[in-house]
Order: sequence, then structure tokens, then C-alpha cells
Amino acid sequence: MSTLELNGESIELDEEGYLVDLSLWTREIGEALAKGEDVDLTDEHWDIIDFLREYYEEYQIAPAVRVLTKAVGKRLGKDKGNSKYLYSLFPYGPGKQACKYAGLPKPTGCV
Amino acid sequence: MATKKFMFVNRKAPYGTVYALESLEVVLISAAFEQDVSLAFIDDGVYQITKGQDTTGIGQKNFSNTYKALGDYEIKKLYVSKESLEERGLTQDDLMDLVWEDEDDDWAEKPSIIMVDRSEMAAVMAEQEVTLSF
Repeated sequence: MSTLELNGESIELDEEGYLVDLSLWTREIGEALAKGEDVDLTDEHWDIIDFLREYYEEYQIAPAVRVLTKAVGKRLGKDKGNSKYLYSLFPYGPGKQACKYAGLPKPTGCV
Repeated sequence: MATKKFMFVNRKAPYGTVYALESLEVVLISAAFEQDVSLAFIDDGVYQITKGQDTTGIGQKNFSNTYKALGDYEIKKLYVSKESLEERGLTQDDLMDLVWEDEDDDWAEKPSIIMVDRSEMAAVMAEQEVTLSF
């Protein structure tokens, strides 16, 4: 168990750095979680993070990487709907890493 | 890895026991292995995919919308027992509109629900290589 310190508040994280209380998430927390791993979030990162949050809102799960890749291709274009592009943004795995910054649990079906 | 025909048989109501949610999670995980996955809804299992579920009164997460994601996971064959629906006074209109999108057909939405009677269900089950019952 660890914590994220932000604006004088302590936010609880699990042992892998995911938010314990998903309802606390803000964009600022997303940026701070990324900063903690030396990542500066760009608009391209946010496209994926926003998509993941919408997907979770609708289906109550974080999508598997294969599903994410296909859906991004449909929404943002084929040039972005491939694992090479997604890994260039999130080198530790688009599912795991992007979900962390998006304040979501680890993807279901993430093996 | 060779592809096998997997069927997950769902016989229990969605809440009250953990079977439905456990089944759904295993189904989503199995899809990551790119197997030929189908689902069967029999007996009270048909309630798992009914419309308008509301769990506020029992303080449990309503996971019914997750069934709508199955199409994204290439799970396109949801066999529903006609007799089980009838015995409960339900029709296909009481079920969620579960579809998958065909990438090769300009993302056209196609129905995932396949209504089958007992003998058709038995025939589909007989084709499976792995059957898991929940």
C-alpha cells in the first residue's frame, strides 16, 4: 500500500499503484500518477485515457488490450489502432499503464 | 495455440450467488486466448441478460452492461433457451439487445443472441470440446 501526495492530500494507492477509491479520480490525479512514473501526458495520451474512462462508464470493465486496439482504430483511425502506436504512448502496456492513469482497475482479461 | 470450442453454460440468476459474475469474468479472460467461445443461457440463467436490471436495492454492482461488451471480445454466439424464457413468462423483447460489430462490413451491428429449443441446444452442446457450467 502506498499513497500519492497531491495538494496536501494523501490518496491511497494499491501495491501496484492503482487508485483504491476509483471515485476520487481527477485529471490532476491522472497527471500526478503519470509524473510518478516520469511520463508527461500529451493530448495523444489523453485521447486513450478518455476513451478508457468512457468504456468503463458504459460497460463497467476496462477493456483487454486487443479490444482497446480495435476500438481505438475505429474511433481515432487505423494509424492509431495498432499496438505499435499504443505501446509508443504507454511502453509498460497500454492496458495496464493507461488504466492506471485513468483511475481504473487493471483490465479484465489482462494476463 | 490450437483453437478449441468452449461453451460457458449459465443456469443461475445474476445476483444472490456469485456464479453469473464469475462466469462472465472467466468468459472475458478466455477471450484473451482467442478461443471459439459461446455462451448458453438456460433456466434462471436467462435473467442474466434481461433488460432494465437495477441493483440499488441490494447494494451490489450491476454488471449487466458488461454483457454488451462481449461483442468487442469476439464473443458472438449467445444461445438462449426458448423453453426457459417461456417458462418464466419472458420473450426475446425482455432481453438486452446484444450485438457485435462486423469490422469487414463497415462495423454493421449484428445480433449475438440465438434462440434455440432444447434439441437445438443439445446439438450445439454436443459440438463443444470444453463445456464449463456455472
